[in-house]
Amino acid sequence: MTSETYEQRARIASNANFKAPAEKVPSSGELMALRGVSRHFQTRRHNTLAVDNISLSVNEGEFVCIVGPSGCGKSTLLNIVAGLDHPTGGQAVFDGRRIEKPGRERIVVFQEPALYPWLNVRANVELGLKIASIRRSERKTLADRYISLVNLRRFEKAYVHELSGGMKQRAQLARALAVEPRMLLMDEPFAALDAQTRDVLQQEFQEITTRLRTTVIFVTHNVREAVILADRVVVMTPAPGRLKTEIAIPLPRPRGPDSHAVVDLAARVRAELQHDIYAAQAAEDSYAI
Amino acid sequence: MPSSEMQSDDPGGFVMAPVDPDVTPVPSDTTTRSRFSELDAKGSALKSLRIALFYLALLALWQLLYSLHVWSPYLLPSPSDVWHSFVDYVDNGLIQKAIRASLQRLLIGYAISIAVGLIIGMACGTNKYVDETLGSLVLGLQSLPSITWLPLAILWFGLNQNAIIFVTFMGSVGAIAISARAGVQAIPPLYRRAAATMGANRYQSVRYVLLPAMVPSMAQGLKLGWSFAWRSLMAAELIFVTTGLGHLLNLGRDLNNMSLVLAIMFVIVAIGLAVDRIFFARVEAWVQERWGLQTA
Repeated sequence: MTSETYEQRARIASNANFKAPAEKVPSSGELMALRGVSRHFQTRRHNTLAVDNISLSVNEGEFVCIVGPSGCGKSTLLNIVAGLDHPTGGQAVFDGRRIEKPGRERIVVFQEPALYPWLNVRANVELGLKIASIRRSERKTLADRYISLVNLRRFEKAYVHELSGGMKQRAQLARALAVEPRMLLMDEPFAALDAQTRDVLQQEFQEITTRLRTTVIFVTHNVREAVILADRVVVMTPAPGRLKTEIAIPLPRPRGPDSHAVVDLAARVRAELQHDIYAAQAAEDSYAI
Repeated sequence: MPSSEMQSDDPGGFVMAPVDPDVTPVPSDTTTRSRFSELDAKGSALKSLRIALFYLALLALWQLLYSLHVWSPYLLPSPSDVWHSFVDYVDNGLIQKAIRASLQRLLIGYAISIAVGLIIGMACGTNKYVDETLGSLVLGLQSLPSITWLPLAILWFGLNQNAIIFVTFMGSVGAIAISARAGVQAIPPLYRRAAATMGANRYQSVRYVLLPAMVPSMAQGLKLGWSFAWRSLMAAELIFVTTGLGHLLNLGRDLNNMSLVLAIMFVIVAIGLAVDRIFFARVEAWVQERWGLQTA
């Protein structure tokens, strides 16, 4: 029954009359690499080490989920890849070049819907294209394509305050996808949604990334979400964030949220995570530098 | 299966699944809306009636005081005296000429103060050092009535209307700069981060994000600036004699024509109200619609 449920959801997702862009064949080449990345935060009273000596490599077309307890520096890591933050040690490299500033080839989807309230859904999606100096006619085509892809066609004229939380995240996703980035950086994009909406969006997003073969780094604290979406789950330790372990998720797609394989692997990831959380609680103060 | 795994399961999953809970249609039918507007219309008709009654009563009281000869007629002219002076000065064209001259000065001074105020406000809102220095100066000058600039302005610009425009400008630039500063500072950091991640350069993030995001707070500031400009202009025209509504007031005083003075005062109120109710009310309604409930 659950698998039927999922298939119906997937059908909703695939209803969008989507024409795939020039098929990109995922080479197994490394697209992004963190080499011994650390990030200190210095305030007058505290010197906090948010992430400590992290090395991580993400290949073209790969979907990597980063899970970890809150405050482990997942978002810091994502911001570094985005170019919105800079490491205090080590280096972050994208496509062979050091990451220095934000750019639309590495676009971020934020947890809060970062849509502009004075623009309707379509204008929000087109804004990214406008910034990229894409011609009006092509803007329209791209916006059409990606608004349909996230099933927002009926709401393209709606303003942000008229949208539900889920629709806002769809719109944000469409805006990010429309500039056809080489890498999507997602910072707990579904965390603020209710459980049902979250399930639906997870499935649709799975469908979309499978089809587009987008390279994704997806930060979440929801273990099952990570297992459903990722090719590889990276587990981080509590503060300071270190790489604990990587777990490959070799399950075939589409993955339903309740399939046994997903649940089993989720339990495994959760065990890795919890072990650390308890250890962290026992020795909490010793982590503060 | 751990219990936490179950939380997102809906027990009637099969039934629920085809209905995307996320995509609930926005009520777009016009019936509810028109019913509301009908109620609104009825309510506002009653409201207008109450207001009209109040002013009729006020007029009646005025007429009564006049008829009782509490004050002599040259101190308190009757409503019909005021009306007649109004008609006389419309007929000889002096009122229209004065309105044109005053509004022209006002628009020039106001336009300059919007441009300058926006630049000062945005600079204060984005740069700490500018805020500490120029920002404090603007705040300080706010406590200075702008009419006090007139003597200096006459020295600087000569005996012409530029001096009045300068006073008008000084009256409103502070209010506009302060609201622009507040507007920039109220922009959620997420807006800028989102613009940055889309690869916006400095010009693009100002043009596409900063300026539009400031509109709700600017709408308030522009309205405030307008009313400051209007007051400053009247004060300046009253003191510095040249064509204009303020000049007509002064003329009324010189001629001991209190009904002219009152007529011009009514004109000044009418223009102020008209701009407020027609122009700024529309701007506010538009902001409300576009920005949702975000406006305070």
